[in-house]
Amino acid sequence: MLKVEDVHVYYGAIHAIKGISLEVPQGQIVTLIGANGAGKTSALNTICGLIKPKSGRIFFEGKDITGVPTQEIVKLGLTQVPEGRRIFANMPIYENLELGAFLNKNKKEVAQDMEKVYTRFPRLRERKNQLAGSLSGGEQQMLAMGRALMSKPRLLLLDEPSMGLSPILVKEIFSIIKELNEQGTTILLVEQNAKMSLSIAHKGYVVETGRIVLAGDAKELLESPEVKKAYLGG
Amino acid sequence: MDASMLSQQILNGITLGATYALIALGYTMVYGIIQLINFAHGEIYMVGAFVGVLMVTVFQQGLLFSLAAAMLACMVMGVTIERIAYRPLRRSTRLAPLISAIGVSIFLQTLMTKIKGPQPVAFPQVINDALYKIGPVEISKVQILILIVASLLMATLHFIVKYVKIGKAMRAASEDYDTAALMGINVNRVISFTFAIGSALAAAGGVLVGLYFNSVSPFMGVSAGLKAFCAAVLGGIGSIPGAMLGGIFLGVAETLGIAGGFDMYKDAIAFTLLIIVLLFRPTGLLGRPIQRKV
Repeated sequence: MLKVEDVHVYYGAIHAIKGISLEVPQGQIVTLIGANGAGKTSALNTICGLIKPKSGRIFFEGKDITGVPTQEIVKLGLTQVPEGRRIFANMPIYENLELGAFLNKNKKEVAQDMEKVYTRFPRLRERKNQLAGSLSGGEQQMLAMGRALMSKPRLLLLDEPSMGLSPILVKEIFSIIKELNEQGTTILLVEQNAKMSLSIAHKGYVVETGRIVLAGDAKELLESPEVKKAYLGG
Repeated sequence: MDASMLSQQILNGITLGATYALIALGYTMVYGIIQLINFAHGEIYMVGAFVGVLMVTVFQQGLLFSLAAAMLACMVMGVTIERIAYRPLRRSTRLAPLISAIGVSIFLQTLMTKIKGPQPVAFPQVINDALYKIGPVEISKVQILILIVASLLMATLHFIVKYVKIGKAMRAASEDYDTAALMGINVNRVISFTFAIGSALAAAGGVLVGLYFNSVSPFMGVSAGLKAFCAAVLGGIGSIPGAMLGGIFLGVAETLGIAGGFDMYKDAIAFTLLIIVLLFRPTGLLGRPIQRKV
């Protein structure tokens, strides 16, 4: 569904991504794990068109989306829940969700989709008129995910959804990700929490300083001595 | 100063302040989205006033038509300036577009001086001005016109920003540029729209002020622009209600200052006020505290 071929990204003189290639097959959860600063977020932002790669190609459902503006990529059915949630803090929850459906001109459908989001995340319904900035971290993560779902993505990119959340909430968020996947959304998940993400993923890639150093079946990666040593605490 | 004099001055101040507010809105909206102080904004206001004069004199049009024409012309001009002078510098340092804006400002002033000469031009009195007495105060037809037009424009702006889709996109883009794009919002289009609206409001301000003071000059945008910028900062840059409040506040303070005998310091009032307010409220009257992401 998504194919990234030898992508290089520079920030000025800094070579942040040094040739990443990866593939996300339809219907799967693929995870990108690695330490802080490895280039995971840059990779996601490049796929979404927020950063332009210096070289390399990105294909979504066979279509070359390299250099296509972000809003056009979203139109194709690919969106991202960004790192740190990035909700619109000064707007109420329902407006955040409305913005998620910005490209959908069918008002009835938007209302239905919003209903679905509220059913999935009942906490958001209770607070729909409150400013998004007043939500707790976990609720903000739910809002960010709900907002992304409003655009009915076929491929959802998630950047560190577990960041800063309590273990119980992390579990909840991961079970929601799994559920979304079972309902048909393909997922590319970036995480520092390697154990959790490998346990729900089908496939995994390990990123280190802008390169993919390991790739394979998620179960195998969980068992691999290198991953265990570097990310799972021995 | 007795009560009737005081209320008269406040009324005059609100009228003047409404024009400041119209200009200040453009500064604040543009800053809200691309964090640029558009130093050419005062010149857009000046060009708007000249387009108004042109419409009334050469094309013999009525006031409302001239007002609309000036707004439309400046919309196109504002969008074009952004395309040519600011957009190519979007991803560079913050200083670059600022300098570009100063360049545009000088360019427009010089161009207008070349075309019309440096002398002020009289704004033809297209409406038969009359004074009405309401209780202790007198209000002129032009003042009523300014207050009505400014309120209508600001109410429309409020409606657009609050309820219309493009207005919501504006608010989203001003909160978070990249995330707005992830919603499928074409941020470039939103920026163009912001420049269009801001320039139209400034043009309306230009025509109204030209009519009010019966004078239009290539340099009128300099001090009006600076004061409106003060008004925007005073109200809290980036905040639309802040710009409206800041404009009115500044207009009233200036008029009262003049009536109080400080007419020599007329132009200093705005800046003194700005310093005082910023000392106590660094983000302005209605500005939000600056949030830094970690």
